[in-house]
Amino acid sequence: MNIFIFGLVNSVILALIASGFALVYGVSRLANFAHGALYILVGFATWLFLNRLGINYIGSILLSIIIVSAIGAAIYRLLLIRVKGMPASEIIASLAIGIAIMELFRWRGFISEAYMLPPFVKGSVNIAGVFIDWQRLIIIGVGLGMMLFLWLFTHHTKVGLSLRAIAQDKHASIMSGIEPDRTAVISLAMGSALAGIAAVVILPLGNITVETGYMVLTNAIAVCIIGGLGSWAGVFAGAFLLGFTEILTAALIGPQWQMVVVLLFIILTLILKPSGLLGRQKELEERV
Amino acid sequence: MDKRKERLDRGIKVRTEGIYAISSWRGIAYVLLPTLSFILVMLTLPLIVPSTTWQRIMTIACIFALLALSFDFLAHFVGIVCLGGAFFTGVGGYISGLLNSAFGLPMAITIPIATIAGGAICTLFLIPCLPIRGIYFAIVSLMYPILFHRVIQALNIFGGTDGLPGLATFPNIWVELYSIIPITLLLTFGLRRLVNEDFGIVLRAIKDNDQAVRASNINIAWYKTKAVYIASAIGCFAGACLAHLYGWVGLSLFALDFSIFPIAATVVGGGGTLVGPIIGAFILAPLSEMLRAFGPLRVVFYSLILAGLVIYKTEGLLPFLQRKYHQFERWTEV
Repeated sequence: MNIFIFGLVNSVILALIASGFALVYGVSRLANFAHGALYILVGFATWLFLNRLGINYIGSILLSIIIVSAIGAAIYRLLLIRVKGMPASEIIASLAIGIAIMELFRWRGFISEAYMLPPFVKGSVNIAGVFIDWQRLIIIGVGLGMMLFLWLFTHHTKVGLSLRAIAQDKHASIMSGIEPDRTAVISLAMGSALAGIAAVVILPLGNITVETGYMVLTNAIAVCIIGGLGSWAGVFAGAFLLGFTEILTAALIGPQWQMVVVLLFIILTLILKPSGLLGRQKELEERV
Repeated sequence: MDKRKERLDRGIKVRTEGIYAISSWRGIAYVLLPTLSFILVMLTLPLIVPSTTWQRIMTIACIFALLALSFDFLAHFVGIVCLGGAFFTGVGGYISGLLNSAFGLPMAITIPIATIAGGAICTLFLIPCLPIRGIYFAIVSLMYPILFHRVIQALNIFGGTDGLPGLATFPNIWVELYSIIPITLLLTFGLRRLVNEDFGIVLRAIKDNDQAVRASNINIAWYKTKAVYIASAIGCFAGACLAHLYGWVGLSLFALDFSIFPIAATVVGGGGTLVGPIIGAFILAPLSEMLRAFGPLRVVFYSLILAGLVIYKTEGLLPFLQRKYHQFERWTEV
């Protein structure tokens, strides 16, 4: 039961982290390696608004999510748009931007224990013999809410439909008047906002550190690769698979093997089925 | 009035293409000047830098130059984007470190063994991933060093987190410099020769259109394997040298720097030229030493420079210099 509940929480955390990355990749075919940086940016921004400027908690969360989505859109509109279509340059450029943001925080001295966001509701609750704090339950709630929101958004709004159209067939959607650059900007803004939402619900579980940013990036990539880049069902499948594997490894073999198993998982997935469990990318399946 | 820049080849460039270059001393000088001056600068640089610290930085720059060379070879001549620089240095360093500390073999034996055996080990690990392309190969090769790092940590083998101290080191800085620099030059020009031979032509064809090469009844996988072996052997050699430079091997040999730096050097120097990455490494290594005073801000500068170059100046230094050397430019009216 313990394993089940914590595996579930861990999986939802991974799904939350990966959804922003997957959205950006799915819509604009851009691997946004600055994802982790945007994630901790929200954490630190919220902390600053809360403790330095004295804005209330909800206000500072909203403000920092708006700011980070503007930053995400700006990164694409001003910088990444120039290297669109060159995968190696896209990765190097976005990774470099991400590292710059993260190391800037390290330089400003954001590396102590003091940087913590308070949990939304303190205390814990007993579910079937397992003590679990409210924050983890909130994470599950937010995760489910976000899935629902994304589904409604991509199926019932005009912008969401255009994002899906671009993701499915770029040329056909250009023919019907959807501008790929505009949808890419929207997807980056939304992806950053998703990273922000993930950050504000997950970060209260621990300290905000620069290393979290790197870890978030690796986890997001891991989930997307295992599930299949550019597939929504794949993201959730990958998150659950990875989430439960992590918890099971930690419980059965030992916590130091957790990362090894995850990495092996990624490498094996890439070697055996590069497009992921549920991905359907033909150019990847075509092997030489 | 609108103007555009017109570029024309210099007359001497056209005259010195092919065998006619040897018809005049001027032609010979024009052809040889860039290469000879590059070799001369590389060989005299250790003599003119001010202190031992800077000489040590030169050696480190050479190590990074070798890694950048192997990255450039794979990326621009075989079409494999391999971010496994740290994997190569780690495997090479650990092999030579283990041989040295466990069996007491001298450096002159451990480094060649690490180069050959390390190359083979790295290739064996990379063979299953060779059919996958682009970003996906890059991600796998990026994961390998992290995986090895974690496995060594979890099993607590090879000295665990402390590493293996007390390895043999180079007797003095001059031996160190004048063994690594000539080897770097040799490998650079050797590879440049190789990519223009038949073998290299096949490799470049694989990069451009692998299906066409396969249709010509050429075994792509075998060629790719050989190319990866060459690149990983160079990387392992760099790693083994690094282990003996510091007299220590540890988990930091699998650090991300060894994967990222070569890319930065290739971007700065200009990809696809083989000499460019060497120049890039010799610019970036001293630069990162000078920025060390800024602490963590160093990485910020570094990544901003990298992002700026990738986004705004994709060409690289060497192609720029080559253009200036071979062509003249003028503004003409449209």
